[in-house]
Amino acid sequence: MPTDIQAPSFDYAALSPMFIVFGAAVLGVLVEAFVPRRSRRRVQIVVSLAGLIGGLVAVVLLAGHSSLEAEGAIAIDGPTLFLQGTLCILGAASILLLSERSLDSSGGDIVTQAAVLPGSREDLQLSESQGIQTEVYPLALFSLGGMLLWPAANNLILSFIALEVLSLPLYLMAGLARRRRLLSQEAAVKYFLLGAFSSAFFLYGVALLYGYAGSVDLGDIFDATGRAGSNEVLLLLGLAMLAVGLLFKVGAVPFQAWTPDVYQGSPTAVTALMAACTKIAAFGALLRIFYVGFGRTEWDWRPMMWAIAIVTMVVGAVLAVTQTDVKRMLAYSSVAHTGFILVGVIAVNREGLSGTLFYLVAYGFTTLAAFAVVTLVRDSSGEATHLSSWAGLGQRSPLVAGVFAFFLLALAGIPLTSGFMAKFAVFQAATQGGATALVVVGVVASAVTAFFYARVIVLMFFQDPAPDGPTVAIPSAYTAATIALGLAVTLVLGILPQPVLDLADQAALFVR
Amino acid sequence: MTGTAPSFLADWPWLTILGIVPLVGTALVAALPTRLARPVSLLTSLVVLAGTIAMCAAFEPDGERFQFVQAYDWIPAFGVQYAVGVDGIALVLIALVAVLVPVVIVASWNEAEEGEQAMVPDAGSSAPAAGRIRSVKTFFALILVLETMMIGVFAATDVFLFYVFFEAVLIPMYFLIGSYGGPRRSYAAVKFLLYSLVGGLLMLAAVIGLYVTSADQGEGTFAFERLTELEISTPVQIALFLGFFIAFAIKAPLWPFHTWLPDAGAEAPVGGAVLLVGILDKIGTFGFLRYCLPLFPEAADILGPYIIVLCVIGILYGALVAMGQKDLKRLVSYTSVAHFGFIGLGCFAFTSQAQTGAVLYMVNHGLSTGALFLVIGFLVARGRTRNVEDYSGVAKVAPVLAGLFLVAGLSSLALPGLSTFVSEFLVLVGTYTRYPVAAVFATVGIILAALYILWAYQRTMQGELRVPAGARMRDLRGREVLAVAPLIALMLFLGFYPKPLTDVITPAVNATMQDVGKQDPAPTHAQPTR
Repeated sequence: MPTDIQAPSFDYAALSPMFIVFGAAVLGVLVEAFVPRRSRRRVQIVVSLAGLIGGLVAVVLLAGHSSLEAEGAIAIDGPTLFLQGTLCILGAASILLLSERSLDSSGGDIVTQAAVLPGSREDLQLSESQGIQTEVYPLALFSLGGMLLWPAANNLILSFIALEVLSLPLYLMAGLARRRRLLSQEAAVKYFLLGAFSSAFFLYGVALLYGYAGSVDLGDIFDATGRAGSNEVLLLLGLAMLAVGLLFKVGAVPFQAWTPDVYQGSPTAVTALMAACTKIAAFGALLRIFYVGFGRTEWDWRPMMWAIAIVTMVVGAVLAVTQTDVKRMLAYSSVAHTGFILVGVIAVNREGLSGTLFYLVAYGFTTLAAFAVVTLVRDSSGEATHLSSWAGLGQRSPLVAGVFAFFLLALAGIPLTSGFMAKFAVFQAATQGGATALVVVGVVASAVTAFFYARVIVLMFFQDPAPDGPTVAIPSAYTAATIALGLAVTLVLGILPQPVLDLADQAALFVR
Repeated sequence: MTGTAPSFLADWPWLTILGIVPLVGTALVAALPTRLARPVSLLTSLVVLAGTIAMCAAFEPDGERFQFVQAYDWIPAFGVQYAVGVDGIALVLIALVAVLVPVVIVASWNEAEEGEQAMVPDAGSSAPAAGRIRSVKTFFALILVLETMMIGVFAATDVFLFYVFFEAVLIPMYFLIGSYGGPRRSYAAVKFLLYSLVGGLLMLAAVIGLYVTSADQGEGTFAFERLTELEISTPVQIALFLGFFIAFAIKAPLWPFHTWLPDAGAEAPVGGAVLLVGILDKIGTFGFLRYCLPLFPEAADILGPYIIVLCVIGILYGALVAMGQKDLKRLVSYTSVAHFGFIGLGCFAFTSQAQTGAVLYMVNHGLSTGALFLVIGFLVARGRTRNVEDYSGVAKVAPVLAGLFLVAGLSSLALPGLSTFVSEFLVLVGTYTRYPVAAVFATVGIILAALYILWAYQRTMQGELRVPAGARMRDLRGREVLAVAPLIALMLFLGFYPKPLTDVITPAVNATMQDVGKQDPAPTHAQPTR
């Protein structure tokens, strides 16, 4: 079996997007060591953006490529390239958000010394200091490199490595908020502990599946599912354990408990990166593992996914209604959206795959830009994320409130926004795949989500501002560009989605 | 389009032009200084009105069913087209839009300033009025955007496109109610949005179901005329029918889906209320005729009798509750619940008179309730309260206002000679031939209508002069009369000579009846059938 696999081949061109991004990350570490402090930030921004744009260019040049690389461990195919391209763009936008310095009085939302005890004297000095911290750029790039690798991993061990490479920097970055240090550290510890648990589950699942198939290659596992007389218990247990690890990262119920705390405590730029990019990478991996590895045993996992999709949509939507913090609300909304995306995954047809890919693009840009808007609304203690302080924002700053309202409408799935087209794509695919009941639950959950999005619009536009409410900071070009990008994509995908739908449709074929 | 089009006008893409003009107006309003917002928006709406009149002139009542047709691929991946076209029913409703929007703009000329004065003083949690800034530009921009969406929703012949407009129309109205409405505007706006969205999302599921059914029988499509040719099994028909029906019943609103309307109607600014009840609600009844009946004839046949019962309950319930209202705008909203019961009755009675009557009713209700809302809006702007009991003998100081109130009220109770009488009569006659008992009960609704309207008139306009403290009860100004006058004139004209409308409506109704596969019960009546 392993002997008649093609000769070891490393097509460096096909792997170049990942090499470029990882290379930029390594370069970033060297920059930390050798470039003088005052020009470090500028160099880091240039290196990071160059790495991600270079990765994007490599993806574009590879368009249409479909092959297995590195002895079948890495699959460079339509879904991989589609998601890698999306991740490069969204990653670059996150880097822009991380680079914002004109919003906070002390410059930047990233703390300089994360290890200082919250509340201590050093901590107070720290919050006043103008110092900046640039290690966050290589951290983000390593994480993004892991995200590029994860959807491409065609081998469960490699998949696990990608998961760890993307997760470890994120755990660290979650603890880097300059304001509200305690919340941020809590977020980091919580994310790390729960993430470690889920990784352990994932690894255990890999071991069981190795016991079942005698290989960790998705292709071999697929072949093994076709043979009679295999140990079904190992398969089912392994599958379930694997699913725990994947569903944790996408934030599906019942593995969503970390989402609100981590989203709230992390620096908002990091939250944006997590909400948009991590979700895309994790769904990419989930799609590949379930469609390629377990494409023949869909009757083993579809019922489980049905149940998880339903509770994810319902719990995400209902709990979001009770939130009073805008970042927590967006966190629960991301849980609900995970449920909607799972509806597309469950369709198990080509429409479902392309619809899911389209949904990830639409959701990624909208949610990233929505978090970018959150960074603008501030009071003396940093970001004013409590919903009550957003009252009357539409009268103070109609433009920012209007843009945020547009993103909320997109998340709610109102026509003429990308959110509607995305929802339509996955729901239609699921109906065609015979999951009509799921679609009905989906539309009801959509109505519930619309309630809390509408409530924020009510707060912003229909209520009078509080006298000592927050102000809207004027962003530098970094944040402004990110928001403009999100706005443009949300609008264009809502009105003329055809080119991206075509792209997703052409991409919707896994190489085996 | 028919080759024998009498003039070059028939070949113009009228519907697209009419849809784009208000958007251009919106952009102008946004770009130009605030003082130009009103004239620019009025001018825009008058251009649309002129265009609509020209389009109506070019429409051939006996020509193709859908005219001014355009179809371009929009999202081929979903089989979606940008496809527009009008039959007689859609045409008269677009004409209603074109008439009501300039009227609303004239009537709302000072809306952004007047809105706050109209607040009820004891407004609970609402903060003091002084701090609120109401952008004049935004108000008129929203009205114009709304006009585009309203034209689009009637013009769409692609179900997906219809759905897009159906949902999108909610957003400007949501902001109109929420930003410019009365003291409980937030509550009313959210209630309006959520009710409509729940219905809309159920419809989305049905729209997807329809597409998948069409994909099973060949190529997936949303084109209306091809969807009518589908063979759908009865259980599936019933499920899809309910998806559409509930959305439309919420929108219309039929009893028991009406509870959002009194809040939204009462809290909306006057102009918003006129468009809400006058046009947005008609999308529901239009949907019954255009989508529910032709697409799912068997389901409509099976469920029709139950819907008739709901309509009759709505007629009686709306009338009775209207009598008990203390709030003038809520009163008018409840009368609309009763009126929509009549329209629903006409749609589901499956006779050509009843359906023609229902379409006429949609137009006439837009005119009469629009006029009633406007007059009451003017009264409330003076008295700063919507409470019926705070007014008495207003006719003594404001005879013109009282007179217009009476005329609008009489048309609401369908006095012969006013246009509403024609439509109500047609609906009742048409219903009687198939559902005599329902028609008898519905007739009771007419008597109740006389009660609630005349009683409200008597209490507010007649008797001792008593107006709310501090109110300057002046008679109507020229601008206000100018806003109401066209509606009254149209009601009188159509009351005596409804033929221009019926000529256009009848062929469309006959086509709908054919789609449903229904014949008028013998003997046939006044309407000729082809």
